[in-house]
Amino acid sequence: MKFMDFFKRKSTSNIAKERLKLVLVSDRATTSPEIMEKMKNDIIEVLSKYVEIDQDGLDIKITQVEAEGDDAAAGKTVPALYANIPIKSMKH
Amino acid sequence: MSEVIVVTSGKGGVGKTTTTANLGTGLAKLNKKVVLVDTDIGLRNLDVVLGLENRIVFNLVDVIEGNCKAAQAMIKDKKCDGLFLMPAAQTRDKDAVTPEQMKELVDELRKDFDYVILDCPAGIEQGFKNAVAAADRALIVTTPEVSAVRDADRIIGLLEANEIKNVRLIVNRLNIDMVKHGNMMTAQDVVDVLSIDLIGVVPYDEKIVVSTNTGTPIAGDNSTVGQSYMNICHRIMGEDVPFLDLEAKKGFFARLGELFK
Repeated sequence: MKFMDFFKRKSTSNIAKERLKLVLVSDRATTSPEIMEKMKNDIIEVLSKYVEIDQDGLDIKITQVEAEGDDAAAGKTVPALYANIPIKSMKH
Repeated sequence: MSEVIVVTSGKGGVGKTTTTANLGTGLAKLNKKVVLVDTDIGLRNLDVVLGLENRIVFNLVDVIEGNCKAAQAMIKDKKCDGLFLMPAAQTRDKDAVTPEQMKELVDELRKDFDYVILDCPAGIEQGFKNAVAAADRALIVTTPEVSAVRDADRIIGLLEANEIKNVRLIVNRLNIDMVKHGNMMTAQDVVDVLSIDLIGVVPYDEKIVVSTNTGTPIAGDNSTVGQSYMNICHRIMGEDVPFLDLEAKKGFFARLGELFK
């Protein structure tokens, strides 16, 4: 792939495509509060089977983190789900 | 069976109105009865692109407010039998119409026409909501640019939320020379990113400017642009038409690249 990147660099259409993909990742991740809410409720439901969680303190969001491996060198970011879920007590 | 199609894009200036005018002309040339509805209240333009600006007496808001009958507001095209225009109001606001009223009007038009094509305003506000509420299916117009494709992606999401399932893409103003030199995304690039089905590619051509200067759509003439509009019309009607070979032949390195992929 690296070998081909050398040729691809020159074309602005590839730059456009790369930029577009990045923009859409964050657009698609942030433009659906309804889905985030649904996802949050599902997570609560599943976790509640095993632990008692503090629902008011729960925080989930989608953020960009630096990619690992080959993409890290290129300074690329990938979307990640960040969740902070305080546990009140363990159910046994 | 009649169909209501909304032509939309999100971003302005990508060619919604020109596309609407040409698809209407093309479908009428294929012996369909078509009405084009300009839903861009306050900024009407479809009348100018069709060359019918001097014939407007009543408009869409007049019909909705009951000042005239739908038939009185419709203007028959100069050249194409079976093509009609329902112009937008120029001196009113977008809020003059509600989605329910638009739906009611369109359902009335549906009875008399094979195709009702709604020219949607740019943006995602009231005008967009009105047009989308009344539509069965959607055509998204975009150009191969980052800004236009980004907006198209947003529109696709909103159409899904409005439960419009048949959504197809038109890649407009594809500059074949620029694609050849690797300085413009190809139609396939755009399709890959948006992941919806393509219904047509319209190449960039100065003839379009000439045609809008004079107010005469060119769908169906012998130019490549005219042909590509016609092909879209056939595909709207459910026919399987092969895509014109617009994509430039690939350069040596690009071909070499594909071998290595």
